[in-house]
Amino acid sequence: MKLTVNGDTLTLDGTTIADLVTQLNLAGRRLAVEVNRDIVPKSQHGNFTLSDGDVVEIVHAIGGG
Amino acid sequence: MSDLLTIAGNTYSSRLLIGTGKYKDFDETREAIETSGAEIVTVAIRRTNIGQNADEPNLLDFISPDKYTILPNTAGCFSAEDAVRCCKLARELLDGHDLVKLEVLGDQKTLYPNITHTLRAARELIDDGFKVMVYTNDDPIVAKELEDMGCVAVMPLGSLIGSGLGILNPHNIRLILEEANVPIIVDAGVGTASDAALAMEMGCDGVLLNSAVAHAQKPVLMASAMRKAIEAGREAFLAGRMPRKAYASASSPLDGISR
Repeated sequence: MKLTVNGDTLTLDGTTIADLVTQLNLAGRRLAVEVNRDIVPKSQHGNFTLSDGDVVEIVHAIGGG
Repeated sequence: MSDLLTIAGNTYSSRLLIGTGKYKDFDETREAIETSGAEIVTVAIRRTNIGQNADEPNLLDFISPDKYTILPNTAGCFSAEDAVRCCKLARELLDGHDLVKLEVLGDQKTLYPNITHTLRAARELIDDGFKVMVYTNDDPIVAKELEDMGCVAVMPLGSLIGSGLGILNPHNIRLILEEANVPIIVDAGVGTASDAALAMEMGCDGVLLNSAVAHAQKPVLMASAMRKAIEAGREAFLAGRMPRKAYASASSPLDGISR
């Protein structure tokens, strides 16, 4: 399926948020994920099924003041 | 002497709050922050790089949430909606941690706070259970309104973010302090140690800074200077300065001199 992730279009091989995170080599990282502007808690990443056209945001902490 | 800073029921022995932006690398960030003695450390929330930079190191591996109180900010947000969204992402990222630094900015040139949006976002966040430390201008009426609304700390600017111009209107900061019942933390504008000391001598509860350390020629040494300045300024405030006088007052007795 095709997704928009952080503004870029990509094709996901799996079906869940956990699949997406793994595909992006981000597994085990401290992240927060939104799907279509709703936050999906970490505990649900394994069973939250994404749909074609979903808009996903993945954020992390960076340096800031 | 026990002189702790209390924010939202938690106590801190350091009154320096420090940012993690603009350092050369994460090693320098870690060393400067350790040297500063700060216990509350701000971070920004941004999109994770996907693709070629996926292996880059993670800030929170260097600044551990187990060791520091992480204070996510809403820097870069120019509307109440964006700021609230950012705080919700931060809360998820940090496993339910609900202490945030709210800043809603007005324009790119000044990064001056947009007060109407700040008030709106603060209300929404407080209603949603967040503990809000709020960046604001040095307007005493706005500061009081933010306190009354339930913000856990009010953080007026000394001068523009990243300007290093110091505290441009100490009279307004004093007006805010006179009426405050929550911690008042000068946030933004500190350029060097004396600026931080001045804030503390006036009776501010703390100072939040970033560029003054990160953009110093020697950031780690400046972090040490800031730690001392804030401790010195706090002690001077507690000690109570002598009154200013227009004319001299001798420190040594004037009589008994051999003639």
